[in-house]
Amino acid sequence: MSASTTPTPLRLNQLPNAAGVGYKPQHFQQILDAPGPVQWLEIHAENYMGDGGRPLAQLRHLAERFAISVHGVGLSIGGESPLDADHLARLKQLLSWLNPASFSEHLAWSTHDSHFYNDLLPLPYTDATLARVCDHINQVQDLLGRRMLLENPSSYLAFAESTWEEPAFLHEIARRTGCGLLLDVNNVFVSATNLGYRPQDYIAAYPLDLVGEIHVGGHDEDEDDHGKPLLIDSHGAEVVDPVWALLRDTLTRSGARPVLVEWDTDVPDWPVLAAEAARAAAALTQAREAA
Amino acid sequence: MSRQQEFTRAILNAQLPVPEGLLDGEMRAAGRRFSVYRNNVAVSLTEALHQGFPVIARLLGKENMDGLAGLYLRAHPPKSPLMMQYGESFPAFLDGMEQLAHLGYLGDVARLELALRRSYHAADAAPIDAEQLAALPPEALMSCRLRFAPAMALLRAPWPIYSIWRYNSLDGAPKPQAGAEDVLITRPDYDPQPQPLPPGAASWITALQAGETLATATDIAYAEAPDFDLSAPLALLINGAALTDVLPKERP
Repeated sequence: MSASTTPTPLRLNQLPNAAGVGYKPQHFQQILDAPGPVQWLEIHAENYMGDGGRPLAQLRHLAERFAISVHGVGLSIGGESPLDADHLARLKQLLSWLNPASFSEHLAWSTHDSHFYNDLLPLPYTDATLARVCDHINQVQDLLGRRMLLENPSSYLAFAESTWEEPAFLHEIARRTGCGLLLDVNNVFVSATNLGYRPQDYIAAYPLDLVGEIHVGGHDEDEDDHGKPLLIDSHGAEVVDPVWALLRDTLTRSGARPVLVEWDTDVPDWPVLAAEAARAAAALTQAREAA
Repeated sequence: MSRQQEFTRAILNAQLPVPEGLLDGEMRAAGRRFSVYRNNVAVSLTEALHQGFPVIARLLGKENMDGLAGLYLRAHPPKSPLMMQYGESFPAFLDGMEQLAHLGYLGDVARLELALRRSYHAADAAPIDAEQLAALPPEALMSCRLRFAPAMALLRAPWPIYSIWRYNSLDGAPKPQAGAEDVLITRPDYDPQPQPLPPGAASWITALQAGETLATATDIAYAEAPDFDLSAPLALLINGAALTDVLPKERP
């Protein structure tokens, strides 16, 4: 295992410190015609692992105009079983021809016993999980020949066996593997609400110098068995004001970073998503002026 | 049992208790917080099946489709993180459902929807120029073999699968009539196009796919359908950008 303890001065990725959006095929023409403040796009890796056709043709076209971030949702970095060799090979092929500005994945698992559960499932923060996740990240980075970013999850529950706080856990993964971090401030807000801590405390404990990208997105509201708020990370609505405020606080501390608006379910018409991107761009401008 | 094994079992079976040692922020048992994962898995896979099989969903109605999707995801959890491939075994699953035995065509209609989805994601391939074929003297043409684009597919069914698909996909399409239908899928640009084939054409294409010459394939088609005319399916293939090569017989 690599034990590089000195922070690397290399850039975490090649995305512009500007607003981006999660790309949806129904927005293809409007993104080209009226991108507004959007300077980069994020795609889900698994949707572009077919052999050809429209998805790849659109992606080739968009990549001529926009920086592209490839965001994996199916690698199961936290899985107890070895990483899926076929999936890694597909990922390598996609990144080889596309040469995207960034590649990121999640601190989560989704595959067990050769079955894929299509959700980002949670991990206990233990030394055993730490070692396994680091092994998998080293394997991915060695194979891809690039640094990846690792994203903090949305939490709905905690594990009794956890011995690490999440920010320190992510920091240690980054220290051991050299990976960068993708900070999803909506996930921070969701987890903090669900588990009863202040999101600002999480950000204060988080290694912001390792952040290569920030996500914001919408969530749903539910209740747990005790009538306490239970927020669900749905990516199906506008970003709420407290999350925008958390983004501004974060950018003030971290300096400008690439900020992505995620909207994956009940996807709105392009002007609605472009307006969300404009709010992200405004937060970046505000952070620059405050600096 | 490992944590993840315990997790997946409880996700797929809501009758099982929530795994031990899962807590809320005040160290109380997580309870229904665990249902978020149960819901995320079931809802996302159900939605994927609806998207992959819109005609089956329409034929069954949303409630029945949701119920079937729930049974299917528990019997056949996805084996790949590629949702574009989810549902590969759904046609056979439909065939095996006793409660659906009176709708015998469902499995074959699902095969058509699956073939359309595969065609959508199939590799691109440069089609031959129609002039290239037209320039060949008939004798030479008949001694040729053809190669097909990866996005081309052929389906044969004892049911009117094309007519059922069309009636449930396109506004104003005529009602299906009973009878077997053979369907050719081509992808002229990026949108797969299903089309019904005249008698003999499916056997003609099958023979060509197996590497037979146009002459041999046409003899096979005549034997099945005496009024077979190769110009009709040949035009469908050319217009559908489904031919990628014309190979003279001599070449190995």
